[in-house]
Amino acid sequence: MPMGIETTRSARTRSGAEGPTCARLSRVSDRLSLPEDPRWFQIVFLGTLLTVGLLRMGFMITPWQIAGVFAAGLLTQLVFLSAYKLEGVGLKSAIITCLGLSFLLRSDTLWVHPLAAALAMASKFVLRARGKHLWNPANFGVVVSLLLTGHAWVSPAQWGHDLLFAAWFVILGATVVWRAARSDVSWAFLACYLGLCLLRVTYLGQRTAVFWHQFENGSLLLFTFFMISDPRTIPDSRLGRFLLAAAVALFVFTRQYEFFRTNGLFYALFALSPASPFVDRWLAGAKHFWTKADGAQHEAIVSGGIS
Amino acid sequence: MRSFCLAALLALPLAPREARAFCGFYVGKADTKLFNKASQVILARDGDRMVISMSNDYRGDLKEFALVVPVPVVLKKEQVHIGKREVFERLDAYSAPRLVEYHDPNPCMRVAAMRAASAGSAMAKMSADGGARDKALGVTVEAAYTVGEYDIVILGAKQSDGLETWLGENGYKMPKGASRALQPYIKQKLKFFVAKVNLGEQAKTGTSTLRPLQFAFESPRYMLPIRLGMINADGPQDLVIYALGRTGRVETTNYRTVKLPSDMDLPEFVKDEFPKFYKDMFAKAVEGEGKRAVFTEYFWNMGWCDPCSADPLSPEELRQAGVFWLSDDGSALQPGIRPRRGGRWAGGGVPVFITRLHVRYDPEHFPEDLVFQETADNQNFQGRYVMRHAWKDDGSCPEAGDYRRQLAKRREQEAKTLATLTGWDPAEIRQKMRLGEKAAEEQWYKDIFR
Repeated sequence: MPMGIETTRSARTRSGAEGPTCARLSRVSDRLSLPEDPRWFQIVFLGTLLTVGLLRMGFMITPWQIAGVFAAGLLTQLVFLSAYKLEGVGLKSAIITCLGLSFLLRSDTLWVHPLAAALAMASKFVLRARGKHLWNPANFGVVVSLLLTGHAWVSPAQWGHDLLFAAWFVILGATVVWRAARSDVSWAFLACYLGLCLLRVTYLGQRTAVFWHQFENGSLLLFTFFMISDPRTIPDSRLGRFLLAAAVALFVFTRQYEFFRTNGLFYALFALSPASPFVDRWLAGAKHFWTKADGAQHEAIVSGGIS
Repeated sequence: MRSFCLAALLALPLAPREARAFCGFYVGKADTKLFNKASQVILARDGDRMVISMSNDYRGDLKEFALVVPVPVVLKKEQVHIGKREVFERLDAYSAPRLVEYHDPNPCMRVAAMRAASAGSAMAKMSADGGARDKALGVTVEAAYTVGEYDIVILGAKQSDGLETWLGENGYKMPKGASRALQPYIKQKLKFFVAKVNLGEQAKTGTSTLRPLQFAFESPRYMLPIRLGMINADGPQDLVIYALGRTGRVETTNYRTVKLPSDMDLPEFVKDEFPKFYKDMFAKAVEGEGKRAVFTEYFWNMGWCDPCSADPLSPEELRQAGVFWLSDDGSALQPGIRPRRGGRWAGGGVPVFITRLHVRYDPEHFPEDLVFQETADNQNFQGRYVMRHAWKDDGSCPEAGDYRRQLAKRREQEAKTLATLTGWDPAEIRQKMRLGEKAAEEQWYKDIFR
């Protein structure tokens, strides 16, 4: 089901007359008998990754912390759906955010995870501009926890550096972003960031092994395909998305290699994604819908004059 | 000619000590003397301020000794200090992986098992007359001084081949490939701390060994250059890092940081083979992580331990280890720094946390220098291995029968755990434990073919 809150609020924005991407995707889906909504893929992939992380990689998160994330995250979503009287809107996005927080955020307490999840979900409903939420919820939860709680951290190397893992992430991630029709932002970010890394390695005269080591970073690839690609927080136009991707890449690179600070990925997206609604004003583009029904409902609302 | 090395080698062996602890008795430890080619370094960091201490176990001709370390800033004489070897030994003993033992109680007496017992200067000559030549090579001598037994120069360089030539002309024997390894540091505008032994000053110390070097500086980079030390290495090298911080556990951000398997029940015979056990377990863990991980061996508040393999370091010893934010009475120096929970540091601790990291690195699997971050993690961790002695006397009560059945199962599990952790031959383990060839449950057919 569509994310009702986006459709009702976006009725105020420019008419979303486009829908060819949805149509094209749905034809492919029909042929392959795949679910139309790409969030199902995200849930399956992220769930698999979390399981692998817990069983194989020894992630430093307890079952109670995971339970706290899901309890607080889903409850917050339900509370806001009820408060905004949004019927028929599911919990898929909330589940994705909770999975994301579970494999990103680390804490030595039990209260940080539920707090992060509640703030993440609330941010989606409250902090909005021009029909978009300003921050990817998981990104918001992570950064706010890092900045405010004093009990949170992110382990950027928790996935290790393994070519096989990297290949797996790229394949799974590429599938998800292709399904969401927003793969351009992922590829643009990856190209910009790795391009900068390659330039640096070449300039410093380091071995190419250093570059591959940087590429194989699981956290980087997950960010690329599962966070920056969130269609609800990036510009609608392709050019806008390219600009955002390039700016985030530059921010991450500078923070890491000029200022020697950690967690550049999350701070970069946190600092820059609120610009997306304003980029839309300047560069119009087709609004994103998770499904054809989502888009159709939006059309009905607009043509019916509801705003 | 001087040989070229980056880091120093392992600390002197310590006699195992026995100490009582709250939860079981500490009986053995696996300190750094187990590992050949093991270097030790202490990183004490708070904010951007940092004190690095490098242990030095060079055993060759002192005339041949030379040390080259990339450093982020030009170090003045006051920023370089001679440390105490004993501090490394104390940190090693305090944080070493430990074996603890318990004795099973008499099953017929139904007594609680736990018994608590608390642990309780002359300037260096090399720069004097070479100004013009230095300039031609693009090398700048930023500072030159003598500290303790070391003649030190801080070099800035423009090209790696110029630096290599300069070092060669000044008596340093450069290994093949040095120029290429030096280049990335030059491009990053790092300086080079170059030390050699001043034999006259060294004679005054009255010992034949070199003392640790300490540098204090301020830099946003929390990293440790390991790439230079790989140039002339013949195989993997072990490095033990004691990272001291004020906030919490330290981990690497560009390599996976993994906790070593801990809190395992092991067969009793391991008591006599604990060092071998630890060495083999570490080697297996390294292989299991594809040789690309950094291992956490210990993380604790420096104010206490449980069980203790050695007493915690005193505030004075911690200051010798570079903990500049600590006063002599163990409180934080800067105002505004408060304990995180309640009015005291948890467990009666001090505002210092130690993370002991152990890495086995080689050029292929560690293409980049180690980069660290201090996390907010305050959850203690120790490499702790448990040995439970069986109740030996015969008992005739029904509980004794249950106990013996459980004991047999426990021993089977201990044998499996040991084989899994170390890769040792299961048959040999079973033989040493005096277990039958196969566990009873594996001989399921006996029940039917009686």
